[in-house]
This record gives sequence, structure tokens and C-alpha cells, in this order.
Amino acid sequence: MDNNKPLLESVEPDYINEMTARREPVEKAKAIAGALGTTIISFGALAGAAYGQANKLPGKIADVLNFALTLEFLEDEFYRTALGSGNLIPRETRDVFGQISKHETAHVNLLRSVLGSKAVAKPNFDFTAGGAFGDVFSNYQTFLAVSQALEDTGVRAYKGQAGNLRSNDKILTTALQIHSVEARHAAMVRRIRGEKPWIPGDSRGTLPAATQAVYNGEGNTTQGGVNVATLPGVPSALVASQTFDEPLTKAEVLAIAGLFIRK
Amino acid sequence: MTKDFSCEEESKPNENIDRSTSRRSFLKWSSAAALTAFAFGALNPETLSAKTAFLGLPIDDDKSSAVDLGKGDFGVLNYAFALEQLESAFYTQVLTTPYAGMNSDERAILMDIRDNEIAHREFFRAALGKKAIPNLQVNFTSINFNSRDSVLRTASTFEDTGTSAYNGAGQLLKNPAFLLIAGKIVSVEARHAAILRDLLRPMSDYFAGDDITDPATGLDPARLPAQVLPLVAPYIVTKITANRLPQPKA
Repeated sequence: MDNNKPLLESVEPDYINEMTARREPVEKAKAIAGALGTTIISFGALAGAAYGQANKLPGKIADVLNFALTLEFLEDEFYRTALGSGNLIPRETRDVFGQISKHETAHVNLLRSVLGSKAVAKPNFDFTAGGAFGDVFSNYQTFLAVSQALEDTGVRAYKGQAGNLRSNDKILTTALQIHSVEARHAAMVRRIRGEKPWIPGDSRGTLPAATQAVYNGEGNTTQGGVNVATLPGVPSALVASQTFDEPLTKAEVLAIAGLFIRK
Repeated sequence: MTKDFSCEEESKPNENIDRSTSRRSFLKWSSAAALTAFAFGALNPETLSAKTAFLGLPIDDDKSSAVDLGKGDFGVLNYAFALEQLESAFYTQVLTTPYAGMNSDERAILMDIRDNEIAHREFFRAALGKKAIPNLQVNFTSINFNSRDSVLRTASTFEDTGTSAYNGAGQLLKNPAFLLIAGKIVSVEARHAAILRDLLRPMSDYFAGDDITDPATGLDPARLPAQVLPLVAPYIVTKITANRLPQPKA
């Protein structure tokens, strides 16, 4: 894209209003809150203090956030290493992966700030997964495959933990705000790889068999007792499955992520 | 079929809400900027006294034709149902009157998104059962369906808005089963948003651009119903009341 062109320059006024609401979300939110006395979700609060004193975080919440932090450490180092690996990532997708990398770094910083002294240390990673992806930083296709697997796993991991954060609305909301960004990443990497941006059935598509655990269970079509595949206007079970992303348990995620963590 | 949806309908007496229901200000989702403030005011009784206009807007007391989203978890689910109705109606129109030059890649994506939104809509209708709000009447006259730019910008804005709505609504849900289902839907909405943005600015950072995903925190927006409803108001003709929805904890 033409990075030099102001994003909003050619946009209709309604969209400018819509987008500027996000451009300076904190200022805007403060202004509205001040004017109307309405509770506004703070989008940009960075300081751990905004979530309460880190040393008073309940153990259950700290555990979830440290689990998330471990995954973010993994993604962050993965993309920073890839972007630093010569011409691994071609010019045409460098903006995409630069943006993803920026977000993963921000997620690490955010989670560490919330956890404070309770934050776990960064593990040592082996992105070849013991040799299964030996050329991950020299073969673009291998890099893309690992990237897709990590992003789709990340989406499922956050989803699986939302229920464990319900005692703290602010932290729950923050986790959801990370979760949807991981979904944006996943969709974009899938598109680069020529896959559908969403996940039809439990198919790993063109990914190697070693990644199947990332997609097991995604074929579910029953939500809250409703079989979505039988509803009017839903053309197939594949559509019924792709329209709901499924969670993974912490153990399932760690079994996947553990492939990349040196013991 | 919906037995898994045991939803506490007990009303935690909330003074503000009780007082506001006596006033019953009604939102008519029909226009523009002033309504943003109007909507905030309608959910915040401290800013309005009975029958008082905010910014000079009269309060519509025509209760007969208004649709009330309800309270508690079911109110939040009806709020989501309303947004899914809007999205599915939009994509149905997009594919009924495709814009000039829609290529096969774009058509496949838009058809999938349409199907996904219809599935979301029908899921909520089935899950809510008797508590489901009726079909809403939409108004897309401001959208030029023959313009690729108009369609894709509207689509990506709907998806970004929907994503922010689910992100903000999670904290309002009491039943963890509902929270999980909302989580299963929101990531699909975010996937939609990313890909529609990519159609607008291919292979750039725009799929999760700094205009939507805060570059400092890496967070997508989260919006409360009172922030979302005014954004979709221009597209919904049916009057909707949302003043019994749960409020976030202070």
C-alpha cells in the first residue's frame, strides 16, 4: 500500500467520524465520559496499575496471563527473528508481518506490565520444533506454515481462557481485545497462504500433518445445544463450523506450543 | 434444544435502570451525530429528566412499535442478534446486486461472509427462542451497492464495529457458556474485518491497521452497547430500546 498517503484522506465524512473515534480513543473516550458521565471502556491503558496492583492479582488470573504471555513471547520472538532473517520475508508481505510483529511485541509488554513481578521469564525457543520445521527461517513457505499454525492456535488459546478471567472485567475485556487481533493476524496469514481466512471443518488445509492438533475440534457445528448446520439459510456443515471458532484447553495449547519450547 | 441456555433472568435491582424505565426514553435509531449523545443520555438517567429533550431532541414516547432488547444475558444476546441481522441483510443485498467488477475472489469471500452472518443470525434466533426480538427493518439507501469502494468500506466498518461490540459485551454476560459462544463468534467477525480491509488495501498493514488496532497496546477496540448503537443507527429503521441492558461495573 501507499504508506505515505494519509489513511483518511480519500474517505467519506461518515467514515472519518467512525475512524477518528478510534484514532485517539483515549482522548475521545475521556472527552465523552467527561461530557456525559458515562462509563467508557479504556482502550489504551498501559500501566499495570490500571488493572489493579499486580501483586494482588488472584493466582488464577495470573496463571492465565502468564500462559498468554508465554504464547506472546513465542510469537514475538518468532516474527522478530523472521523479519531479521535476510530476505526470508519478501517485500510484498513485509508490511503485513511488520504489523503482526509490532502487535506481538505490544502484547508482551502489556501482559508484563499487568503481571509485574509475577510475570514468567521468556522461555528459550526452538522454532524448528526439533527439526520438524528445520528451514523455518530460510524457507518462506515453512515460515508461513508455522505462522498460520501459531496464529490459529493463539486465537483458540485466548478463547479457551476467557471464562477464567470473568472475575475481572477489565482483564477479561483486554484479553478479548487481544483475541480479536490474533484473529485478524490468523485470517491474513491464511489469505497469504491461499487458505480461506476462516476455518472450514477441522481441516489443516495445506499445512503439514504435524499441525493437525491446531485444528482438531474446529469441525464442531453444535453451539449451546443448537445444531447450526440444520438452521435455515446455512448451506452446509462446513459453513456451520467455520462460522464459529472453537477454543482449545490450556493443556492442548501447551502440547502445541511445547513443540517450540526448549526443555 | 436450548436447554443449555439457562440464563439468570433475575434482575439485580439497579436504581439507575429502574428510574430510567419509568421514564422510558426511546431511541429511534435514525440519524447522525446528535443521536450519539442522545443514546448515551438515554442510558444514563442522570443526564436527562423525564420528558426532557437532550440537545433539543424530543423523546419519542411511541412505545407501540419499538423493539426492546430486554435485560440480562438475553438482552445482550438480542443486541448481538440485532447486529447479526444488520450484517446478514447487508451481505444479502451485496450479493443480490453485486457491484461492477466484483471478481471471483471477492465474490467467494463475500458469499462466505454472508453465509457466516446468516448462520450467526439464525443461531441467535434459535437460541433466544421466545425471547428473540423480531426481524428488524433496515435502510441501506446511504450505501451505493454498485460501488466496490462503498460496499467494502461499509462492510469493513460493520465488521470492525461488530468486533468491538462483542469485545465490549463479554463483560456484560453472566453465563460463562454465553461468553464462550460470544468468543467463538467474535474471532470470526475479526477474520471478516481483516480480509475486507485487505480487499481495500491488499497486502498492507491495513488488515489490522493503526486506525483500528491500537499500535501501542496491540488491542482492538471494545465498545459498549451505548457506543455501538449510534454507529449502526443510520441503517436500522425499527425503533429499538436498549435501556434495560446490563451496565458495566464501575
